[in-house]
Amino acid sequence: MSVVLTAEARRNRRTGLLVGSIALAMLGLGYASVPLYRMFCQATGFNGTTQRATAAQAAGVKATLRPITVRFDANVAPNLPWVFKPEQVTQDGRIGERKMAFFTAKNTSDHAIIGRAVFNVTPEQTGAYFHKIQCFCFNEQRLEPGQEVRMPVIYYVDPAMLDDANARDTPEITLSYTFLEAAGTAGTATVVKAAKPLDRIASAR
Amino acid sequence: MATIPADHEHFDAHHDHAHDHDHKPAFFARWFMSTNHKDIGTMYLIFAIFAGIVGGAVSGIMRVELAQPGIQYLGAVAQFLGEKNPSFDQQLHLWNVLITAHGLIMVFFMVMPAIIGGFGNWFVPLMIGAPDMAFPRMNNISFWLTVAGFFSLMFSAFVPGGTGNGAGIGWTAYAPLSTSGSTGPAVDFAIFSLHLAGAGSILGAVNFITTIFNMRAPGMTLHKMPLFVWSVLVTAFLLLLALPVLAAAITMLITDRNFGTTFFDAAGGGDPVLFQHLFWFFGHPEVYIMILPGFGIISQIISTFSRKPVFGYLGMAYAMVAIGVVGFIVWAHHMYTTGLDVNTKMYFTAATMVIAVPTGIKIFSWIATMWGGSLEFKSPMIWAIGFIFLFTVGGVTGVVLANGGIDDNLQDTYYVVAHFHYVLSLGAVTSLFAGFYYWFPKMSGRMHSEFLAHLHFWVFFIGVNTLFFPMHFLGMQGMPRRYPDYAPAFEMWNKIATDGYMIMAASMVIFFVNVAYSLFAGKKAVGNYWGEGATTLEWTLSSPPPFHQFETLPVIDDNAHH
Repeated sequence: MSVVLTAEARRNRRTGLLVGSIALAMLGLGYASVPLYRMFCQATGFNGTTQRATAAQAAGVKATLRPITVRFDANVAPNLPWVFKPEQVTQDGRIGERKMAFFTAKNTSDHAIIGRAVFNVTPEQTGAYFHKIQCFCFNEQRLEPGQEVRMPVIYYVDPAMLDDANARDTPEITLSYTFLEAAGTAGTATVVKAAKPLDRIASAR
Repeated sequence: MATIPADHEHFDAHHDHAHDHDHKPAFFARWFMSTNHKDIGTMYLIFAIFAGIVGGAVSGIMRVELAQPGIQYLGAVAQFLGEKNPSFDQQLHLWNVLITAHGLIMVFFMVMPAIIGGFGNWFVPLMIGAPDMAFPRMNNISFWLTVAGFFSLMFSAFVPGGTGNGAGIGWTAYAPLSTSGSTGPAVDFAIFSLHLAGAGSILGAVNFITTIFNMRAPGMTLHKMPLFVWSVLVTAFLLLLALPVLAAAITMLITDRNFGTTFFDAAGGGDPVLFQHLFWFFGHPEVYIMILPGFGIISQIISTFSRKPVFGYLGMAYAMVAIGVVGFIVWAHHMYTTGLDVNTKMYFTAATMVIAVPTGIKIFSWIATMWGGSLEFKSPMIWAIGFIFLFTVGGVTGVVLANGGIDDNLQDTYYVVAHFHYVLSLGAVTSLFAGFYYWFPKMSGRMHSEFLAHLHFWVFFIGVNTLFFPMHFLGMQGMPRRYPDYAPAFEMWNKIATDGYMIMAASMVIFFVNVAYSLFAGKKAVGNYWGEGATTLEWTLSSPPPFHQFETLPVIDDNAHH
């Protein structure tokens, strides 16, 4: 394809390719927004995203006298046959104080299921100050049929919250978890779905 | 690329065929393999009118259903579309399919093809004194991709989409409704139709930008370009920056649906709210994509029928640039109720209200252009003045909705429906009709009936206001959008809105009669049928213009007005 382009056509082609590359760059930005959004939420506590701290970082935090109540909320996704509850409804502590809370989860089905907990806190502006040192939500949890486990969360509320005008008057923070069936364990999911219609027919009789 | 010189043969005025001024190809080659910007523009306009009839019929079904409380017609419509004995849930699903189809058709297959593909293709090259678009064959691809997208969307209505046939995901296609909430191929076809239409629009945007930057006639500097060309230039940049983000987001939807990814699925570490951010990063510029070329058309018309150059030309041009730029940093005002904190809401409220400033500059400049002008109330002018009124009403309710606190209350009510129909269905569509009556004789060579055009305006104006104004009341009383049924308390205004739809539909009959009349019995149009107010380059050509124009490039005088 030996092509003789006029000067105008060459110029148009150059401009067209340049402009087209802007479109490609925006397509790339669309995909890049997935990790960027996650990093943004983790860095700013946006959407009530909680922070993760090491034990060493936590050791440097001084407890204050300001009381804070943490309320625990536990949910399971509609198609996950688990029972998941906090052992305490609320926990009173002080800002900066390290506390431990327990949750129990039980697999009520007849097959092993891997669950993954998603979480956030409300009010959402406290997300940047809610630090977890240890949490069952850091990993996926596998429960054998009928198995019941106790799972700890170790956390503290950062005293830096007292310097934030939007967050410092918060008397109570709600920490919420929802267990979902981890993606990729689809084989077990079909068993669950198949079980449902049978139940319905049985109850209809 | 071998044919680029061939497409540009008409650049050379001394080429052998130059004596044969209008060497039109035969029918199939002319219309199916077209590389002529005017023919492609005509095809875009015909396609947009066809899609508009389909989208308008869909809204007719919805308005009839909403005329009284309860579900009356959805079952019959579902049966008509091939669903045997539709269950109640399937009838409700059909409602979701209808709102989805209406939104997608009107946005992607009516307004955008008409205002950018149709008028943009026709008049950008003419107004800048160019022989054609920069990439004539790519122009053809853009058009046929759009048509293919439309058929993909139509096809989706007849395959399963979850509860019933068709894609019931809203034009916003929020996850998880569009992922785990709607099984079946219908949603895939609907998303694919957006891919096709989006690809066509991106190619079109590349074409417009290249044409406007490289192919202006000698002496036509950027600051001498007619405002319609400016509006298309800004629109093309918005398309270029916004549509690829939508393409990325809906591709992620497709892979979430079919290939096990979890971009928007919390079970795999994704976040459904991210889809909303990506969608509205596209979606907000999209509303300016639909209205900016309308601003351009209105500027040309107001100037023509005031027999004055437009007031504050540079301010008008850069107001559009400002609207385009700010339009990219206000997207989360569509997401006030997703749990944004108060500071974020404050930012998005303030940034959104800033857009009222350049928009106000445009409104006031149009009025200032008319002020002291030698006004002539020909049909395009009547439509343009109607546009200013209707768009201003929609803009004012937009400022109300921009407030994060008020929006908590009005979100997803009919107040929002009233707002965006005032700026789009009444704003963009009114500008389309204004442009149509302004340029139809130029495109067809036949004058339309001024009487019918005026009648069309008044019936349309009364109809759409009767249709959409009551929705403000319904919304403030708390009627939620996207439901086929409502509490009996809302019946009166819904009935009136449906009556308004019927009046508006009657005005469309007048429109089609007028088009038929002018094509078959209209007077032949002269080159410049609007007289001395019409100063842009398209008026220096015959009506219709020759198949290839400006074989010798026009030279724009240094002192020429825009």
